[in-house]
Amino acid sequence: MNRPERYATPSILLHWLVALLIVVGFGLGLTLSGMPLSPTKFKLIGWHKWLGISVLALLALRLVGRLLWPAPALPGTMSPLAQLAAKGGHLALYALMLAVPLTGWLMSSAYGIPVVYLGLIPLPDLIAANEPLAHQLKDVHELLNWTLALAVAGHALVAFKHHFIDRDGLLFRMSLKQPRT
Amino acid sequence: MRVLIPTALLLATPLAFAAPADLAQSRIGFAMKQLGTPVDGGFKSFSANVELNPAKPEVGKADITIQTGSISLPTRDAEAEAKKKEWFNAGQFPTARFVSSSIKSAGPNRYQVTGKLTLKGITRDVSAPFTLKQQGALNVVEGVMPVSRLAFKIGEGDWTDTGTVADEVQIKFHVAFPATTK
Repeated sequence: MNRPERYATPSILLHWLVALLIVVGFGLGLTLSGMPLSPTKFKLIGWHKWLGISVLALLALRLVGRLLWPAPALPGTMSPLAQLAAKGGHLALYALMLAVPLTGWLMSSAYGIPVVYLGLIPLPDLIAANEPLAHQLKDVHELLNWTLALAVAGHALVAFKHHFIDRDGLLFRMSLKQPRT
Repeated sequence: MRVLIPTALLLATPLAFAAPADLAQSRIGFAMKQLGTPVDGGFKSFSANVELNPAKPEVGKADITIQTGSISLPTRDAEAEAKKKEWFNAGQFPTARFVSSSIKSAGPNRYQVTGKLTLKGITRDVSAPFTLKQQGALNVVEGVMPVSRLAFKIGEGDWTDTGTVADEVQIKFHVAFPATTK
């Protein structure tokens, strides 16, 4: 088994941290969307927003990381088409990590409810209160979330395919541990 | 042609300005905090009678009645919730009322009103500073009254948790009434 180069350690840590935030944030969003109003729902909405804003902030850090430490080359065993698909998939994930929190923030502003990060840092309202627009943004936010969920599932499935079927060691690029050789 | 009365003469004249408010120019709103997040709301329907003579503020009066079912909040869900028993119980207590008991001068164009606020059948003494400004043909009183929502049982059961909805609510009033009555 060849041993591909790994991503830089900060990039790897950010990847897994953001993955965790996305999974928890998505789960919270799904849970609260069906709940009647209650103090618990208020808290979940608050945490959901904070997770989303965290993803947005960490996305900026990840992009800086991408510039500082370019991604390791894909295995030469991958066809040019597969390599293109990988790059397109990653681009889509980045675009969704931007669009999902941003539409959530826009939606909150449109409802006339500011986002106060961690209940401490007030963020500016992106747009003025506008209820019909808020409903539309809610639909867009939900649709983008399901798109992100599909993209994340595809990302994980392809990673498992590389690991268990192709056995090309690709998964180690994102491993916090050095692979055993 | 309208006759303009010089301000000095107007201030020197002990005229009492008493009239029902110009509701189109008046607003009753409130601000509260949910998880540290400021949320604004208001009441679309209310009536007010204000009587205030800057030369003799102590004889001034204010009587404001609010339709609790006219509450406006950022979402329809929140509005529906606010009318329920745990909150305003708008079915059983359709109105809230403030009646002033004293108005005192607190500097140029500044006053302090004290009175009784009845909300959800509970009456409490409340007080608020306010300003008086003349805007064209209208006198405008504007101020912020801090109240404890729990003192009026606004938000019962699970909603007594002040971590999610803070206890202090700022009632913001902006009441315009004709500057002169003839």
